[in-house]
Amino acid sequence: MIPAIGLLVGLVIGIVLHPDVPLGLQPYLPIAVIAALDAVFGAVRAVLDGIFDDKVFVVSFLSNVVVAALIVYLGDQLGVGSQLSTGVVVVLGVRIFSNVAAIRRHLFHA
Amino acid sequence: MTAPAREREESVRAGWARLWRAGRPRLTRANLYICVLAMLLGFAMVAQVHETRSSGLENLRQEDLVALLDSVNQQSLKLSKEADELTATKKQLESGTGDQAALQAATQRLETLGILAGTLPATGPGIRLTIGDPGNNVRPSDILNAVEELRDAGAEAMQINGVRVIAATYFAASGGTGMVIDGTTVHAPYVIVAIGDPHTMATAMAIPGGVVDGLKQLHATPVVTSESRVAVTALRPATSPRYAQPDN
Repeated sequence: MIPAIGLLVGLVIGIVLHPDVPLGLQPYLPIAVIAALDAVFGAVRAVLDGIFDDKVFVVSFLSNVVVAALIVYLGDQLGVGSQLSTGVVVVLGVRIFSNVAAIRRHLFHA
Repeated sequence: MTAPAREREESVRAGWARLWRAGRPRLTRANLYICVLAMLLGFAMVAQVHETRSSGLENLRQEDLVALLDSVNQQSLKLSKEADELTATKKQLESGTGDQAALQAATQRLETLGILAGTLPATGPGIRLTIGDPGNNVRPSDILNAVEELRDAGAEAMQINGVRVIAATYFAASGGTGMVIDGTTVHAPYVIVAIGDPHTMATAMAIPGGVVDGLKQLHATPVVTSESRVAVTALRPATSPRYAQPDN
């Protein structure tokens, strides 16, 4: 409940403040957001599996974000930034889909 | 309710219960962290959405920009080439004034050549040489002499008794009276109309031992009158050469 409220508060703050993304962060923010979403869905799945752990969630959230940004940064340095970020998005998308499927099975048994 | 169905029902209920339990507000440190992270996520999502909507090129990566620049350059090259072609076409069309000049020159040339070839009538200052021949003594060569003398004096167009005199004109004796000029038999009095400088031509006729003197010796009666306007109205059909080809 509290995390959902936190998410809503964040959304509202963003809408109110209309932040400009710093230039240096611009290539990494979309990937970081996708990675964070993956962590969140993984957390919900873990809750439903009964194996949720606060510490694991915080660490996985932060590491997901950092690693995703790092991969994109590395790809940019190697000249394959766009391909690599596409790859990261694909992998995270697949993970999100599988997590959502697990959640759906838990909640609706379908 | 069968056993598997009941089991499934229970598991679904357990799932929702777990979710509900996890969602209960608890003031622990971990929950605070999670809340902060969720806030960050929401904020970042909104920022990113806003950025994507508001910006065109600035959040593209460098290589994408290079590729974009490349394609734009290529397109601009293509377009400038097209513009060059169209400019050339426009210039060509605009030099219709040049075509006009060429047409004018060609028309002038046509007129000049038409007067020389006898296909166009001509008027202008000139002289009229009337040769009465009571004794029928004037030979074609005498008329040819007069014509040559007139040409020498700058005659530009001539006719004799309604026959246009051009470069190919011939003078021949006829069986009876008169003579044959270009296939037409003409009789005395011979009237030679020549367009040119009247003074020069009249002087040329009057040279001692010249045309007038010579004709007088043949007992003919040459009369030269200078006129400010004479008309050479006799025409010849235009003919194209059968054998001679222009050799550029």
